[in-house]
Amino acid sequence: MRVLIPGIGGVLGQHVARRLLEQGHEVIGIDRRPWHDAPAGIELHNVDIRKRAAEDVFRKKRPQAVIHMATVTHLVEKTAERYKINLGGTRAVFEHCRDWGVEHAIFVGRHTYYGAAADSPLYHKEEDPPMAVTTFPELSDLVAADLYACTALWRLPNLCTTVLRMAYTLGPTGHGTLATFLRGRHVPMVLGFDPLFHFMHEEDVAAAICLALEKRLQGVYNVAGPQPVPLSVVVRGTGRSAIPLPEIAFRAALGRFGLPRLPPGALAHIKYPVVVDSEAFRTATGFVHQVDEVRAMQEYRDAFPVRR
Amino acid sequence: MSLLIDPEVAARVDRLELPFNTYGVDPYGASKQHLARLFTAFRFLYRHYFTVGVEGVEHVPARGRAMLVGNHSGGIAIDGAMVITSCFFELEPPRLAQGMAEKFMAQTPFMGLLATRSGQLTGLVETAEHLLHDERLLMIFPEGARGTAKLYPERNTLVHFGSGFMRLAMKTRTPIIPFGFVGGGEAIPTIANSYALGKLFGAPYVPITPWGVALPAPVRLELTYSAPMTFDGSGTEEDEVIEGYVEQVKQRIAGLIEGGRERRRKALAWSRGAEDEARIEGEPGSTKEEQR
Repeated sequence: MRVLIPGIGGVLGQHVARRLLEQGHEVIGIDRRPWHDAPAGIELHNVDIRKRAAEDVFRKKRPQAVIHMATVTHLVEKTAERYKINLGGTRAVFEHCRDWGVEHAIFVGRHTYYGAAADSPLYHKEEDPPMAVTTFPELSDLVAADLYACTALWRLPNLCTTVLRMAYTLGPTGHGTLATFLRGRHVPMVLGFDPLFHFMHEEDVAAAICLALEKRLQGVYNVAGPQPVPLSVVVRGTGRSAIPLPEIAFRAALGRFGLPRLPPGALAHIKYPVVVDSEAFRTATGFVHQVDEVRAMQEYRDAFPVRR
Repeated sequence: MSLLIDPEVAARVDRLELPFNTYGVDPYGASKQHLARLFTAFRFLYRHYFTVGVEGVEHVPARGRAMLVGNHSGGIAIDGAMVITSCFFELEPPRLAQGMAEKFMAQTPFMGLLATRSGQLTGLVETAEHLLHDERLLMIFPEGARGTAKLYPERNTLVHFGSGFMRLAMKTRTPIIPFGFVGGGEAIPTIANSYALGKLFGAPYVPITPWGVALPAPVRLELTYSAPMTFDGSGTEEDEVIEGYVEQVKQRIAGLIEGGRERRRKALAWSRGAEDEARIEGEPGSTKEEQR
């Protein structure tokens, strides 16, 4: 199959691309970022997904499937540019899919869509509303992109659309929101709170995306690996030390003393859990995670050791 | 830390049939270490501080989804705590009853954490359904916060029952095991509820007792379980149908409360008699063991 991956330059994009290539697919990538050591056989186009040149790739190559991974978080892009990439980019991808006869489009979203709040349920089902817009405004563009992708399910009946909401990624490349949060030697926690964190190894993330392609899955699915663990366990398991701070001190200390810089909304995500129910995805695809939580944390710790 | 954990209790925690991971944490955040600490403390309350009389615990199934449904008794959750403790110590193998806590708990530092670590989650229909789907034992007080607000003279009455539990039980085909709890009102005789203080602590209200704070007195408590009740249907029936079923459960619980009061009266009369005898024989005190 000819597969086009917008956002191939990201860590997950690269993982997925390699895996598809191994499976014998023809892989084409679009990204503004370069991928220097890309394996031979992957065709790269250094263009912006929102620009004319990107549409040309669709027109000339006529991919059968598209895996849209060109979305960014507040950690990567801090300006209004983020909204343009996430919303404008997603729109462009789906319009090109419609116009150039793509059969299957996969939108790779995030489980933080559901948001964290004291009164949000554990194990979110796909139909749960996106509370992230109120709990964490910096995520609202990703929520909107996710919902926009969902509209393709009824707007574009000829296109098979999959929306995946992936749990946090954790693994040796240190990619992802959780991995970035854990990067320092000390990890701040809010005193008196220790929420469950749902994460999976990057190889499992890539495997799940490839499986969605293979099974030509249609609909919205949560994707998660091993069972969630408390943040304190994640901190210990990755060889870090937790610094529990009262909420007021926590707000003041962020971005100082070597602690990560976080938007105010992130506080809710450190106080309350975002845990998803991925049973529907497992049933539909037969997905079984290969790496458990212990090894995922171990690999991260080995890749990013803390200097004592 | 290990001083706070009785090895015997820890061994029982090991026998809980829950999918704990390598770190001793289950998928809902309950932790083995925390449960061992909690039940070590609760065992003292259950066996020594209060005197808890339990009847019908054999009606709680050893495995599979089930819903314990009962009345609130007392201004703070000693009823829930003792129900959980009885399921842990009286059942073979032990089971963890999981309650549905008030939302304010999750927002309060430490409180929400302690609740989660002991398997007591924020009361949400979605979470309850997921627990039942995982074949857990749910503990529900359909009176909600209205039930804990009962004043001393109303302690053995029942207030309005919500119907959500019934719809959920029918939808998920879960047997309901009604229980009646007596004595919580004597342990915490609420003379008033302070809503102003509640606001201060972020709780709905704070119960006031003759001795000020809601510290429970060491009294006799009676807990009675009844045979399971099952209701066929989909949970989407008309209100009249559901209300009728809820009323059946409520009546059953009212009967259990009466039974519990009777047992409590007899036990107290007997112990008072024993105390009098002891006084006559010139050996006052230490009747605690005889009461049990």
